[in-house]
Amino acid sequence: MTDPAASAPLVEIDRISKDFVQRLDVAGRLARGLGLDVRELRVRALDDVCFTIGAGEVVGLVGESGCGKSTLGRIVAGLMRPTAGDIRIDGTSRAALSGRDALTVQMIFQDPFSALNPRMRVRDIVAEGPRINKTVPGRALPALVDDTLRRVGLDPADKGRFPHQFSGGQRQRIGIARALAVRPRFLVCDEATSALDVSVQAQVINLFLELRTDFALTYLFISHDLGVVEHIADRVVILYLGRVIEEAPTEALFAAPNHPYTQALLSERPRLEAKGRAFKPVAGEIPSPLAPPPGCHFHPRCPHALPRCRQEVPVLRTIAPGRRAACHLNDGP
Amino acid sequence: MTGRAETPATADTGWRRLAGDFAESPPAVVCLGLVLLILGLAAAAPWITPQNPYDLAQLDILDGRLPPGSESFAGVPYWLGTDAQGRDMLSAILYGIRTSLLVALSAGALAFATGLGLGLIAAYARGTVDALIMRVVDLMLGFPAILTTMILIVVLGRGTDKVILALAVVQWAYFARTARSAALVEVEKDYVAAARGLGASHGRILLRHLLPNCLPPMIVVGTVQVANAISLEATLSFLGIGLPVTEPSLGLLIANGFKYLLSGLYWISVFPGIALLVMVMSINIVGDQLREVLNPHSSR
Repeated sequence: MTDPAASAPLVEIDRISKDFVQRLDVAGRLARGLGLDVRELRVRALDDVCFTIGAGEVVGLVGESGCGKSTLGRIVAGLMRPTAGDIRIDGTSRAALSGRDALTVQMIFQDPFSALNPRMRVRDIVAEGPRINKTVPGRALPALVDDTLRRVGLDPADKGRFPHQFSGGQRQRIGIARALAVRPRFLVCDEATSALDVSVQAQVINLFLELRTDFALTYLFISHDLGVVEHIADRVVILYLGRVIEEAPTEALFAAPNHPYTQALLSERPRLEAKGRAFKPVAGEIPSPLAPPPGCHFHPRCPHALPRCRQEVPVLRTIAPGRRAACHLNDGP
Repeated sequence: MTGRAETPATADTGWRRLAGDFAESPPAVVCLGLVLLILGLAAAAPWITPQNPYDLAQLDILDGRLPPGSESFAGVPYWLGTDAQGRDMLSAILYGIRTSLLVALSAGALAFATGLGLGLIAAYARGTVDALIMRVVDLMLGFPAILTTMILIVVLGRGTDKVILALAVVQWAYFARTARSAALVEVEKDYVAAARGLGASHGRILLRHLLPNCLPPMIVVGTVQVANAISLEATLSFLGIGLPVTEPSLGLLIANGFKYLLSGLYWISVFPGIALLVMVMSINIVGDQLREVLNPHSSR
């Protein structure tokens, strides 16, 4: 396990915020002009998100759907611009990376059916990155494609086929090969195994672990599946409604979750020894991001909520070496 | 995981499955046969017709207004009769189909290319560009096509190229709207994001990724619009503002025979009319079946 503070981090996520604004249409602007109370819909998908990922580390990003984890993944991968804040890769701002340097970060997508262009052959899908960026001479391209396909466990003989001729797991491998063909150092895996059935899921996770050593990769592994994250991640970051509420090494987190939300999430996790135990979901629903509750976002669902939680946003503070949590309960009596 | 993922690697390629689905409707297969037959006849017209109906040296005024099935002065049979100038109607119809198809296909191709390009750009660029293009599309779709073409021909002047241009102008908007809606779906898919992550240029994303995936609905619109172009051009020619008299299309043939219709010389007008009807109808039925086959929502 790498201590992110000890070695220089490969990826720094520095105070990232992202707002989605639904702009007013003509009718809306007219209504506002006439003095009606019509406002732009503004959703704060990410609020001051801050953490780092060390070289060679696997960081799991966990949260319910709608908490902003995919948005963060896309911002880190450079597919979306943050409203505020900066992503730094090896000390250089993500936005300043161009050409071949920008290939350092690649993304693996959730849905293997929409992630591959259905009208391109596998060899063209895998060769696209090197071809665009001329990372290898044209002569070396077929060899690179064959080698990359072999490394992800596919038969290079199938490279003339189209994506629809492969199964979900194989397609996910093609997506991984496409990313690896440009030799990235950092992969953002956005629910990369969620769309696969359990046996295939295990194979793909093992593939990720193999590739980690083969290619010296660093991962941001986004998932809602705690079991998968526990297996693959060195460190876990928990996101709730756009804010980081807890960050801890995997073992420590699963042994002793600090934040009430993390505790609730972990107690929900299906376990073999939990036979006969009544399933008790986290009370209430995730609040609408359009009107997030004031203070601590979690207070309406929190069994320990204090009056203070309704007003004051808890700060993410270090509670132990390598562990941070954002909860007023940590401030002690 | 659903069965979809378990598609064996040896499954049919897309085209074979499409052909199978298409064959499920016998009328559509018959119509496809008709369309291919008409295309073949039109292409081969100069070599298979008994006479060149526009070579005045081959016409004999003494053969004028002969009913179907009669023979010429020289003993050549006129299966569909002759017109006032002694022109063999069968030959005239085949040449007419050739002209009609040539004009409709050229106009369709022009409209297809323009509409596809603008529709893809609108969906990809969004914002002001999108709004601008789509408002022009709305404007074009708001006018009756026949009125717009008539005005355009008045403004541009007459000639085959002008008619093709006028038809393309009234038709590109349908292609643009279809291309945009298809591209709006595709542009959100992860393979486009992946291409951006690999540093693909806008041009590459438009041409290599969006364009091939937007083609299926465009082909459906294309067939229907070619049928529309044929009828539109026939209407213009019938009204006398379409193709020049030296290149008579089906519409002009119908118009020529129109004045004899009440005097019992039905064949001069009716046979070109039937040819037009069969051609437009079969193209439309083929288009409808293509839509069924290519639309994933209607597939079982």
